[in-house]
Amino acid sequence: MTPAIKIEQVHKSFGALHALKGVDLTIEQGEFFALLGPNGAGKSTLINLLAGLLRPSSGSLKVMGYDVLKDYRQARLALGVVPQELVFDPFFNVREMLRFQAGYFGRGKENDAWVDEIIESLGLTDKAHVNMRRLSGGMKRRALIAQALAHKPPVIVLDEPTAGVDVELRQMLWEFIKKLNRQGHTIILTTHYLEEAETLCSRVGLMKDGQIVALDSTTNLLNSIPGKNLRLKLSSVLPATLQSMLRHQDGSEYMLALNSVTQIEFVLAELRQANVLVEEMQLIEADLEDVFMSLVGRS
Amino acid sequence: MMNLRGPWTLFKKELLRFWRVSFQTVAAPVMTALLYLLVFSHVLEGRVHVHGVNYTSFLIPGLIMMSVLQNAFANSSSSLIQSKVMGSLVFVMLTPLSYLEFFLAFLAAAIVRGMAVGLCIYLVAIVFIDLPLAHPLIALLFALLGSALLGTFGIIAGIWADKFDQMAAFQNFIIMPLSFLSGVFYSIHSLPEFWQKVSQLNPFFYMIDGFRYGFFGVSDVSPSSSVGVVLLSLLVLAWFTLRLLKSGYKLRG
Repeated sequence: MTPAIKIEQVHKSFGALHALKGVDLTIEQGEFFALLGPNGAGKSTLINLLAGLLRPSSGSLKVMGYDVLKDYRQARLALGVVPQELVFDPFFNVREMLRFQAGYFGRGKENDAWVDEIIESLGLTDKAHVNMRRLSGGMKRRALIAQALAHKPPVIVLDEPTAGVDVELRQMLWEFIKKLNRQGHTIILTTHYLEEAETLCSRVGLMKDGQIVALDSTTNLLNSIPGKNLRLKLSSVLPATLQSMLRHQDGSEYMLALNSVTQIEFVLAELRQANVLVEEMQLIEADLEDVFMSLVGRS
Repeated sequence: MMNLRGPWTLFKKELLRFWRVSFQTVAAPVMTALLYLLVFSHVLEGRVHVHGVNYTSFLIPGLIMMSVLQNAFANSSSSLIQSKVMGSLVFVMLTPLSYLEFFLAFLAAAIVRGMAVGLCIYLVAIVFIDLPLAHPLIALLFALLGSALLGTFGIIAGIWADKFDQMAAFQNFIIMPLSFLSGVFYSIHSLPEFWQKVSQLNPFFYMIDGFRYGFFGVSDVSPSSSVGVVLLSLLVLAWFTLRLLKSGYKLRG
C-alpha cells in the first residue's frame, strides 16, 4: 500500500541556518503518528514542507504517493493541515469559511452534508452563523480543525492542536480525532503534551536539531528506557551520594531515576545513613517524557 | 486536472469580502469623487474649457477613472496585506490552487471593485450633469484595462509589503502622485512642454486620456497609442507578477 507520507533525505536551510538535516520518514496509511521535539527541532518546518508552505532545499516529500512539488494539486488534496496559530478570516462566519475552504479544493454543494457533519461533530452547530471574529479561543480552534477537514482529506496534520485549550475541549477534540483515525484517516500530530502522544499515538518520531533521533512504536520507545522513577518527599536535602540519580526536584520532592527496582534498597540505605526521613515514596513507570528527555539531552 | 471551482470560489470570496464592507470600499470612494467634482466644478466652471468641453464635464471621466484605478489597486493590495498580517492567507496557500488561478481570482475581484466604484460615480454624476458618451465601448475597454493594470500592481504591493505602513507608502508615494499628475484635473496641453514630456512617461495619463476619449471623442494623444501603452504595461506587469507568484516570493519560503 502507498504510504500516507514518504519523506526522503529532506534538507532545508534558511540562509546560514540548516533547519532540517536529511530527514527520512515514512508514515503508513491509517497510522496515528506523533512528531515530538523541543522548540526549534524542525517539526513545524517539516510540516510546512509537507503542506507546500515551504520548499525543500533538497530531497523529496510525498503525500499519498504524490510529490508535494511536482504533483502539488493531488498532494494538497490528500492533506488537511491544522495550523498552530489561531488564524482566522474576520469577514466571514464559520459555515461560510468552511464552504469557501471546500470550494478552494474543488468541492461544491455536494460537500455541504460533510461540512454540516463536521460542524456538528466539533460542537459548532450553534456557532455556524457567528462571525469568526466573535468566537472564543476554543471555538476558533475547533473552527480551524473543521477547516482542515472541509475537503475530507485522507491525511490530517495537527500542529499543536491543543495548545492553550482547556481540559474539557482537549478531551472532546481527541475523541473526535480518534474517531477520524478509526474511519481510516492518517493522523500526524505534534504536541507538547507528551501524555497525549503516549495515550493516542501508535508510533512516535522524536526530532532534535533538524534530525529524527528516534523513530519507533510508542511501546518500544517506552521499553527503551530501562527502569523506573522513584518519587520521594524528604525531611531534608538529598544526600550527595544520590545526586547522580536525580531527574528533577520540586521543593522537598525528588524524582530519582532507577535502572532497576533493586536500587530502591540502595537509595533507602543512603537516606538512613544521612539521617534523612522519607515522608512519602512512590514508584512510577517511565513515560514518554523520560524517553524524550533522555534523547533530547536534558535529564 | 482541477475543476474551475477553486479559482471561482476564491474570486467569490474576494467579492464578498469587499461587499461586506461596501460603505468603506464602494460608498466612501464615490463620496470622495463627488466632493472633488463639487469643489473643482464650483471653482473653475465657466473659467476653463478643455477640448471645447466645459470643465465640469471634462472633469467627470478623469475622476471616474482615477477612482477605478485607485480602488482596483486597493482591493487586491489590502486583501493580501490583511490576510498576510492576520495569517489567514495560509488557508489559500494550503489549497491546490495554482499561482495562475490565484492571480486571476484576485485580479478579477479587483476589476469588479474598480468597475463598481466607477459605475456608481458615473450614475450619480449623470443625474446632475449632461455628459456625452461618444464611444462607450472604448470607455469600457480603458476602464477594464486600467483596473486590470492597477489590480495587478496591487497584487505586487500585497505580496511585497509585510506591514500596513509599507502599503501606505505604496499608496501615498506611488499611486496618489501618479494619479494626480496624470491629467485628471487638466489637459496636459495646458502644461509647459517639459511637463508634457514628463506626463507622457506616466501610464496613468494614457488610461485617463483614452477613457476620456470614450466620452468626448477628443483626447491629448490618439486612443490607439493609449491602448498600446496600457496593454503593454499590463502585459509586462502581469508577467512580472506571475514570475513572483511562481517563485513563491514572500509566500512560500
